[in-house]
Amino acid sequence: MDLNRRNVLILGTGAVAMAALPLPAFAVDAGVDEAIAAFTGGADVADGGVDIEAPEIAENGNTVPVAVSADGASEILLLATGNPNPDVATFRFGKLSGDSSAATRIRLAKTQDLVAVAKMQDGSFAKAGRTVKVTIGGCGG
Amino acid sequence: MAKVKPRVKVPKKAKAGETITIKSLISHPMETGQRKDKKTGDLIPRRIINKFEVTFNGEDVITVDIDPAVSANPYFQFDMVVPEAGTVRFEWTDDDGTVYDLEKKIAIG
Repeated sequence: MDLNRRNVLILGTGAVAMAALPLPAFAVDAGVDEAIAAFTGGADVADGGVDIEAPEIAENGNTVPVAVSADGASEILLLATGNPNPDVATFRFGKLSGDSSAATRIRLAKTQDLVAVAKMQDGSFAKAGRTVKVTIGGCGG
Repeated sequence: MAKVKPRVKVPKKAKAGETITIKSLISHPMETGQRKDKKTGDLIPRRIINKFEVTFNGEDVITVDIDPAVSANPYFQFDMVVPEAGTVRFEWTDDDGTVYDLEKKIAIG
């Protein structure tokens, strides 16, 4: 291949794209881990014990119905790992809360995993995940 | 600016000790702060409901800390135990500091 101006430009663009690719993925994961660590204070998190109800395929990422519940939970943190900002909401259940469950509607930018972390009344933590496929992303504009 | 209007669905009557389901909705754009104005290219400033609190006769039922990923017109459904007759109070806090509130009475019967 001749190293003319056009080829050099193509090579350069490719290299920049390659270099840039792993960075956002890393940043998103770090955001999720950070959010969980801030919620748990670094305590161990057991798998299971939390239910996330969400559609398998969401046609419109602007409003995806999601329900979380965990028996005996005092708080539930809901994260969307593929959103620009993974935080979605934190539910804190009071004395008169029925069964530590709540439902809402959220925005999902793309197909991704939802993560729910529950803080139990005894101070332990539990976590569950669920994948939602999104046809049209919810952070457009 | 669109008018912000809270709406809730609470049963008028319940048995003492019964668990009831409450639905709430507030009309609000929930501007994430990440969208751009298509004409000018400027970011539209964030403006969301960042907190939703429900109390019954002053006792906590549920508090939700809300981030921009919650959809426009935020909807919440949750359960509540009714120990006695009283008033459910709903409060939504806006980024601009405004608090929208609503109260519903529940009778025992």
